[in-house]
Amino acid sequence: MPATSTPPAFPYTEQDLARFRETQQLAYGCAEQVAAWIEPGVTERQATAKLRRCLVRAGVQDFFHVPFAWFGDRTAFRHFHTPLQFFAGNRKLQEGMPYVLDCAPVVDGYTADIGYGGKVGDNPVWDRLAQDLKVYRELILREVRARRPLNEVYAAVDAQIAAHGYDNRHRVYPGRVIGHQVTRTTARGPAGVNLFGFGVRTLQTLGRELISERLHGRSPLWADGRASRHAPTPGLWAVEPHIGFREVGIKFEELLVVTEDDAYWLDDDLPHVRRWTHTQEATA
Amino acid sequence: MTGAHGGIRRRTVHSHGLPLAVYEQGDPAHPTVVLVHGYPDTHAVWDDVAADLAADHHVVRYDVRGAGASGVPAGRHEYRLELLGADLLAVADAVSPDHPVHVVAHDWGSVQSWEAVTTPGARQRIASYTTMSGPCLDHMGHWIRHRLRRPTPRHLRQLLVQGLHSWYITAFHLPVLAPATWRLWLARAWPRVLRDLEAVRPRPGHPQATLKQDAVRGIELYRANMRPTIRRPRERHTDVPVQLITLRRDHYVSDFLSDGLERWAPKLTRRSLDATHWSALLEKGATVAGMVRDFTTRIAAGHEHAPPDSGELVVVTGGGSGIGRATALAFAEQGARVVVCDRDLESAERTAELCMLTGSAAHAYRVDVSDGAAVDAFAATVAAEHGVPDVVVNNAGIGHSGTFLQTTEKEWQRVLDVNLWGVIHGCRAFGTLMVERGTGGHIVNLASAAAYLPSKVLAAYATSKAAVYMLSDCLRAELAPHRIGVSTICPGIIDTNITRTSTFSGLTADEQAAKQAKVSKLYARRGFPPEKVAAQIVRAVRTGKPVVPVTIESKAARLLGRLSPALLRRAAQLNAG
Ligand SMILES: NC(=O)c1ccc[n+]([C@@H]2O[C@H](COP(=O)([O-])OP(=O)(O)OC[C@H]3O[C@@H](n4cnc5c(N)ncnc54)[C@H](O)[C@@H]3O)[C@@H](O)[C@H]2O)c1
Repeated sequence: MPATSTPPAFPYTEQDLARFRETQQLAYGCAEQVAAWIEPGVTERQATAKLRRCLVRAGVQDFFHVPFAWFGDRTAFRHFHTPLQFFAGNRKLQEGMPYVLDCAPVVDGYTADIGYGGKVGDNPVWDRLAQDLKVYRELILREVRARRPLNEVYAAVDAQIAAHGYDNRHRVYPGRVIGHQVTRTTARGPAGVNLFGFGVRTLQTLGRELISERLHGRSPLWADGRASRHAPTPGLWAVEPHIGFREVGIKFEELLVVTEDDAYWLDDDLPHVRRWTHTQEATA
Repeated sequence: MTGAHGGIRRRTVHSHGLPLAVYEQGDPAHPTVVLVHGYPDTHAVWDDVAADLAADHHVVRYDVRGAGASGVPAGRHEYRLELLGADLLAVADAVSPDHPVHVVAHDWGSVQSWEAVTTPGARQRIASYTTMSGPCLDHMGHWIRHRLRRPTPRHLRQLLVQGLHSWYITAFHLPVLAPATWRLWLARAWPRVLRDLEAVRPRPGHPQATLKQDAVRGIELYRANMRPTIRRPRERHTDVPVQLITLRRDHYVSDFLSDGLERWAPKLTRRSLDATHWSALLEKGATVAGMVRDFTTRIAAGHEHAPPDSGELVVVTGGGSGIGRATALAFAEQGARVVVCDRDLESAERTAELCMLTGSAAHAYRVDVSDGAAVDAFAATVAAEHGVPDVVVNNAGIGHSGTFLQTTEKEWQRVLDVNLWGVIHGCRAFGTLMVERGTGGHIVNLASAAAYLPSKVLAAYATSKAAVYMLSDCLRAELAPHRIGVSTICPGIIDTNITRTSTFSGLTADEQAAKQAKVSKLYARRGFPPEKVAAQIVRAVRTGKPVVPVTIESKAARLLGRLSPALLRRAAQLNAG
């Protein structure tokens, strides 16, 4: 393994961060619009189509990956055997079901990658998971601020999942990743064209990153293996803890800003964070 | 029985020209419950249930056509389900013309009540339906078809098991022989059958004096209905709220026959009872009456659904993590009330919270199982606050690795204190309570594959588990007459927290942490989840299986130990564990 070289400098200006924040807001805004519209009888495909339309109307030119929607026990990736099962299918939403929307729009090269969990009707298991998700957002930030190696942060998240009695569902993602680095896409491939669900420009950028980071003993993908045995690389990370209990899964996904000596969530004005503040106020 | 409505009032209701003998008790102003008996019974099989319910219900029973004091149909065609279903509605109309009735049925009574309940518009006349040991024949037809169409190993096993359980149905189709068996022998032997196979104590008035003729005539029930309905099942749905009480020791109807029943009866509440086909009514009448009362009260309050309720109380030690937590959850999901204890209270409370998410009641206590006085106090608290448990799982345990000579006296003591004495304390405290109560129960002890797989580096751990294995064998023999089962569970490599808390003889703190991490990784890679062990534990309790090796390595070790103990002795020298 090559010696870990000095970490790169934080590559973004305040303006850049503002643009990333805008894109992320736009993505969560569209997810909330779909959530307000969604109802029993809607299929996963209809939900992703609606999400895509909404994003395009808002000015999105390309996608880091195609929009996803998972309903019912598919939110916990139960019975997933092939990566093809990630794609939206004909599953119909029913009363009481949880759902997850996941999209990654790109505007002028600024990428967002978000995950939105919801439910229709009554689901006490979902309520509990949604509440507990807060612990993971705080834990990850604390650990990254302490500049703990990324694989150890991953293990700390795993330990928390075990203590809660849930299971780790992000390990079902290709590469078991809990997150990945996000950069400004500058690639020239055709926008809007995708391969295996990932935009062609994404693949170009990701490929280049994978190679150059690998040379520095780092990985743009954040998992529990040796490749993640390095301190958090300055830049932007899309972090997506995904937890499940029985037939219910939930996640959030948002950008974490890692500077040379600190870290913070790019934006706190997001649906799941607002939900926690509401319940806190309600129970206070 | 007391009061003006204490006596049993007799009347006759005519249905399709046949007189039906109807028996009423309780205040007619109360909600009406109609009890429908099965084969080869009469209304008398409900004596205990009726007496209990009459306190706050208008209880109506009748002898079904061909049985007891009711009229006898002229031929086989008059035993058809349509007529049997119509009889029930005729009785309901006569005894409660203005209000829908609650129906409770058993065995064939349940089969024919399904006919009435799934008749379109039944909701107008039937407020709720409690069914025991009698499926809708149409549903059963679809159940069989579905399994024949998708013959997975599980489906085939279910078909086979249910087929074996229903041998007598085939026998009942034999001409001459079936009635002759009843006439010449079975009617006389029936009290013994009930006592030996059904755990029903003989008592005066049971079985009814008319048993022989009831049994012989009732054979027509099977002949008129089984084949045509199962061969050409109809689509029978109902919006009547249905309470299914599964009898866990039923020899005739298997529990999986109700798989997917929600498709036909979406307002389904599942409950279960530790009883045989007949002991439910003849020995546990008050419990059944309680379940019926619960349901009618709930319906009256407008709640058509209830969470599953097995009526059991389950205690799990070391329930804050791994196999213990998964076991608590598995029982909770079947509707048991669960009490978990752990040395670590916070983790036990978390387990209780997860159990409550599945809709069950759950409680957590801090207990160190190696402390005998603490376990006794815990058992007393459980008995006082929640009742005597039906199932106790002695699961708390710790891991330790070290050769015999490396292991210090202190380490030996710690391992034996938790792994062996913890089980002894648990069995003694709760076993005593169960024996005193006298209605049976089940104790599960967590041993390990290490109980029969010697290893030079697991000296203390394997010794403690071998002791648990043997103590369970002895205890099983002692508790058998009390109908308390004992199961020994022997898991292999399970991915739990145990590897992160295991201790190692003769290592520094740093070396120990490194070793824990290494073993944890190994166990994680094996990837056998504690939930699968929990499922085996629940199964062991349901089937009374005495020794349950879990995982392929544990099964292989057990087999190998029998085929070639010498080989295992040699393998024990390897530095594995
Ligand atoms: N994990 C395996 O591979 C494996 C294999 C065979 C047998 N077992 C047995 O299964 C049982 C459960 O183990 P697990 O793997 O779930 O372990 P675990 O460490 O995940 O859980 C054990 C629980 O028991 C509790 N506990 C420990 N000592 C206690 C005490 N003195 N009093 C009260 N609670 C105590 C712990 O706090 C913990 O919550 C143990 O008896 C273990 O020996 C485990």
